Amino acid sequence: MSILTLENLTKTFGGLMAVDHVSFSVKEGEIFGLIGPNGSGKTTIFNLINHYYTVTEGKIFFQGIDITHKHTHEIAQLGIGRTFQKVKPLKRLTVEDNVMAGAFARETTFAGARAVAQDVLKFCHLDDVKNMKAGSLPIGGRKRLEIAKALATRPKLILLDETAAGLNPGELDEAIDIIKKIRDELGITVLIVEHIMKVIMTLSDRIHAIAHGATIAEGTPAEVAKNPLVIESYLGSDYNVENYLNA
Amino acid sequence: MEVFLQSLISGLLIGGLYAIIGIGMTLIMGVLKIINLAHGQILMVAMYVTWVLWKFFGIDPYLSIFITIPFIFVFAEGLSKYLLHPLIEKESILPENQVLMTVGIGMVLVELARSIFTSNYKSIHTSYTDKAWHVAGISLHVPLVIAFVIAIFLTIGLYFLLRKTDLGRSIRATAQDKVAATLMGISSAKITILTYGLGSALDAAAGSLLLPVYYLYPDVGPLFTVKAFVITILGGLGSTVGAIAGGLVLGVAETFGATYISSGYRDAVGLVIFLIVLVFFPGGLKRLTKV
Amino acid sequence: MEKEKTKILEISKTEYIIFLGAAVLPFLFFNSFYIQGLLIFIMMWVMLGNSWNLLAGYTGQVSFGHAAYFGIGAYAAALPYFHYKISPWWGLLYGGLAAVILGYLLGILVFKLRGPYFALGTLATGEILRLVFGEEEWLTNGHNGILYTTTWVSKYPYYFIALALAILSILSVKMVMKSKAGFYFLSIREDEDAAAALGINTKKYKNISMAISTFWAGTAGAFYMIYMGFIDPEVVFALHNISIITILIGIIGGVGTIWGPAIGALVMVFVQELFRSAIFGLAPHWVSGLHALIFGLLVITVILYLPGGILGDWDLIANKFKFSKRMRSSS
Repeated sequence: MSILTLENLTKTFGGLMAVDHVSFSVKEGEIFGLIGPNGSGKTTIFNLINHYYTVTEGKIFFQGIDITHKHTHEIAQLGIGRTFQKVKPLKRLTVEDNVMAGAFARETTFAGARAVAQDVLKFCHLDDVKNMKAGSLPIGGRKRLEIAKALATRPKLILLDETAAGLNPGELDEAIDIIKKIRDELGITVLIVEHIMKVIMTLSDRIHAIAHGATIAEGTPAEVAKNPLVIESYLGSDYNVENYLNA
Repeated sequence: MEVFLQSLISGLLIGGLYAIIGIGMTLIMGVLKIINLAHGQILMVAMYVTWVLWKFFGIDPYLSIFITIPFIFVFAEGLSKYLLHPLIEKESILPENQVLMTVGIGMVLVELARSIFTSNYKSIHTSYTDKAWHVAGISLHVPLVIAFVIAIFLTIGLYFLLRKTDLGRSIRATAQDKVAATLMGISSAKITILTYGLGSALDAAAGSLLLPVYYLYPDVGPLFTVKAFVITILGGLGSTVGAIAGGLVLGVAETFGATYISSGYRDAVGLVIFLIVLVFFPGGLKRLTKV
Repeated sequence: MEKEKTKILEISKTEYIIFLGAAVLPFLFFNSFYIQGLLIFIMMWVMLGNSWNLLAGYTGQVSFGHAAYFGIGAYAAALPYFHYKISPWWGLLYGGLAAVILGYLLGILVFKLRGPYFALGTLATGEILRLVFGEEEWLTNGHNGILYTTTWVSKYPYYFIALALAILSILSVKMVMKSKAGFYFLSIREDEDAAAALGINTKKYKNISMAISTFWAGTAGAFYMIYMGFIDPEVVFALHNISIITILIGIIGGVGTIWGPAIGALVMVFVQELFRSAIFGLAPHWVSGLHALIFGLLVITVILYLPGGILGDWDLIANKFKFSKRMRSSS
């Protein structure tokens, strides 16, 4: 049962082909990894899925519904939550209010939204700092807040865009744990973009690899890691953990 | 046909002046990433300086650019250093607090001018003010032609400054990517402050050149601020060539508007074009040439 | 789980006292039409300040063209009178509505823009309206303006109407900011993209904010017509004297605070009049020409040292004051 299907998804900026006929299908309940070198179009694909960019060509289906031309907020209400690589906290609101803003997607009362927020904050280990202004959170907390906001909308599918980048080893394990629990405990399907191999390889059930906007491989982590095209364009020639950690 | 040509030529001539106003604004927008809502007020200050130099010292308005340019440069650098730059680190609800500061600066400049010079119209009269050359049935207003030629020289000078000097390269680098520029050893703070001065200096030149063909009163400031951003948006942000095109287009659009619609709509024409470009062609004219 | 009482509107004791105080105020100046007139203007500016603050301070859409809505409200009251002798008083009903409709239409254009471009777009719309209303004499009587003999000589009725409207504008902002819509306004202000990703229909909520905002701007405009008995395009669509002053009121009082615009309006009128009267005639006469200049300097000072405005940075002011008091007592 596939929850999200991309069909020949294509995006051009001016003359530049940012995403080039990419097709893949995410099954319900899996953790699906999307990898590729910097600038290969991963974030662009996310931005197409939740319609920050308009699709040039191709279609996107979510639970069988064509969402290619739906508005960003409609897509969120249908059940796709997302985080941003460049985190977007609602800076001058408290952490709790940030999460409540997401919770209102399905709740109409303040009490209801607050209750949802409470659960999500606990889940993301943010309940200690819930009264802090989101802008003053350290980077680890901001990354978790991204996840918390997305979870508060009670999605069926969550798109995680490099939520582990820039974290220290301790925070990294915490993040991996949270992502695992998102699927295992909350039953939410995860589509994840990540540069840190440890994260993507341990978490993903399947991985889709792209380079220069086009598909180069798809399969289990082990299969993809062995794929010569992947090694050449990604792991081998320019893959360097330090670089991506600081990216 | 004659009316058409006459409007076109007059529009282009005034457009040359608009172009340097626009280039000044573009520089500031490109590097400081703000809309300078004091741009026209700074132009107004330059016009008053020019007027004082003419009235009390008998200095020809075109020669006075050698005084107004450095004077306004230093003056604007001061504004930038002490009023705009400190806001970068200040946390405020609205991200536009630098823009709002330029509103405050503009207001103070207008009121200062009103306090010193009153609201009365001022203008200058020289031997060439009312002269015109007639070429093939079209009259060319002499001061406009002189101003246009000087504007071209200034533009060329600026082009060399930006393209061929280290300072110019630093400015362009800062405009493109502040962080990368800083990593390359450019003091972005210094360049930012300097650019505000430079952009304003161009503005000052335009002010001196406009005075022989324009009336001067304190509220000329806000009028030109509006023109300045119309030009900049028309041309496409951060594009010097675009600003030149924007200036010429606005000049022509205004004279055509005045000739063919009504003189009262002279200023509305620019605004309407501006709004259309802003909403529907966010890249401005620059984008049309770049496709 | 705590059980939350969802009160739509809470008015604190302090607020009741302020409202009552404001109601008594004109009687204290029973012998001065001049001061009573100023009080009426303060109330009008409170309306405008609140209007702008909801859209800019709370929703992050910094409008530089609120004169468009003020002006359309004023003309909505004036035009039926001018053409059909319908009393401008009806404008209090449809001045706000006219502004809401205009706001919706202009919103289709300007809400495509963000940040500084929104500011420029709104500025342009205001200026275009000013020019159009000046030119289309068949409709608006152009620069000759529209004249109406005001209903009362006494200032009291005008003051109480203005006060009631000002209080309503404050309460309406307070109410909406306590609701889910208010929550969404703040989210949009903080990050429009993030808000959309959370399922917030940003276009819809920006329009709601715009509607409430423009309603009060239009109502203020209609009131201005009724009270002053004369409008022309240069006055009611003024870029500086309406649009910019409205912004500055918000900045001085504190954007994104309920009482900021009220404080800003008070300070603006007080400072300007203080200097216009040459500090009650104590200073030499030429000082009176400086009122706008002084206000401009005040604006610069506030932006530089109190970026949150008087109310937003009240702690800063209070601390400074305490600090200097301690200094004095210790020395």
